Amino acid sequence: MNKLLVIIGHDLRLAFRRRSEWFQPLWFLLLVVALFPLGIGPQPALLSQIAAGVIWIAALLSNMLSLESLFREDAQNGRLEQWLLLDASLPALAAGRTFAHWLVTGLPVILISPLLAAWMQLPQAAMDTLILSLLLGTPTLSLLGSLGAALTLGSRQGGMLLALLIAPLSVPVLVFATNAVSDAASGFIADTQLLLLGVILLFAITLIPFAIAAALRIHLQE
Amino acid sequence: MTSNTSLWKHTKTWFHRWGSPAWFYRTSGLIIPWLWAGFFLLAVPGLFWGLFIAPADYLQGDSYRIIFIHVPSAWQSMLIFAVMAGFALIGMVWRIRVAETLAMCCAPIGAAFTVVTLISGSLWGKPTWGTFWQWDGRMTSELVLLFLYLGVIGLQQAIEEPRRAARAAGLLALVGVVNLPIIHYSVEWWTTLHQGTTVSLLGESSIAPSMLWPLLLMVGAAKFFFAANLLSRTRNTLLVQDREKNWVRETVWGVKQ
Repeated sequence: MNKLLVIIGHDLRLAFRRRSEWFQPLWFLLLVVALFPLGIGPQPALLSQIAAGVIWIAALLSNMLSLESLFREDAQNGRLEQWLLLDASLPALAAGRTFAHWLVTGLPVILISPLLAAWMQLPQAAMDTLILSLLLGTPTLSLLGSLGAALTLGSRQGGMLLALLIAPLSVPVLVFATNAVSDAASGFIADTQLLLLGVILLFAITLIPFAIAAALRIHLQE
Repeated sequence: MTSNTSLWKHTKTWFHRWGSPAWFYRTSGLIIPWLWAGFFLLAVPGLFWGLFIAPADYLQGDSYRIIFIHVPSAWQSMLIFAVMAGFALIGMVWRIRVAETLAMCCAPIGAAFTVVTLISGSLWGKPTWGTFWQWDGRMTSELVLLFLYLGVIGLQQAIEEPRRAARAAGLLALVGVVNLPIIHYSVEWWTTLHQGTTVSLLGESSIAPSMLWPLLLMVGAAKFFFAANLLSRTRNTLLVQDREKNWVRETVWGVKQ
């Protein structure tokens, strides 16, 4: 547990020293969302209809882009081997690394989501649901993306491949989250979808760290 | 009890023998012709029955005959993903290279069946539904399945070292097989919320026996086709991987060491 906190603290300190690490994904998110009114036209009725999908797809894309380097540096400088030698379970370490990454890139998305909602003319009634869906959904995306980063460690091209592997696996999160938000926007109760997002998150937290650890081991064994 | 344990032992040695590339190469070479025979024995009468003898559908006319290609390849495309994950699991648990190679050789065949399903489906959709594509639950999950297959192939090709590539892609296949039911139900649920399925696949009546039998023949033929292709592909991959090894020299070039 102690080592987990050390890893999380170390990652957070690193992230705050390299500002681009947390700022660029956020910047990308804002840019993608801003492109939609520019490309489709600024009619409020149209924008509010597609708001949920646009915000969520932008969040998905910025998440996947930011994850590419999650293990790369540590794999190159040998820290990953040190992880194996540590007297701590590899899945827990991988989960800690992912959690730190979510704090740096996932949490800001939630904090900035009211601005995105305003840009996309999302009805006020759906605001709570949007924040809740991001809170329950983005950690799952981070876990999946972390698995993708671990799987693509040994590959020649990183970022594009990671997106290709992870995007199909993120379909359920995207479907339930956007459904919840658009249901709430049209005045329905979206509890079922949010609960399903929670179920998927629990499922992901319990299983994916083991898959990440297995992927890291595959990369490390000669 | 003793006979039981000896039976178990026999099964175990039999199972382990398949793990040897040389044994696999020789034995699968003997099996493949029989698999092709099985394929032709089922596919020729199945196709003839389906395309010429079975009656035309009272609603869809002759266009429904795409079913004899479409449904077998759709079932096969899903089955192959499970087979691939099964081999990947065996490869991961017992570290058997043949199983890893088998899993990797499943992916392109499965992707091909998925493409056939999607193309034949949209060709069938045009005359019956009036559109090549509809975001219907089954079609969407088949499309996601294709992306998953492509992911497994892409990951395998992106990693240089073949065994590490096979293991990483096998792990992805396992994650995919756990995720597939969730994807399927989420997509199904998504379409039912947006719009009901406008046309059910087989019309109102359940399928007539005169159409069912050729369909079942084609379903069986698809299994033989897959098995024959899988074994051939795996043999070739093993040959390429082991081209410097003795067993390849002995079996292919006839060089005794």
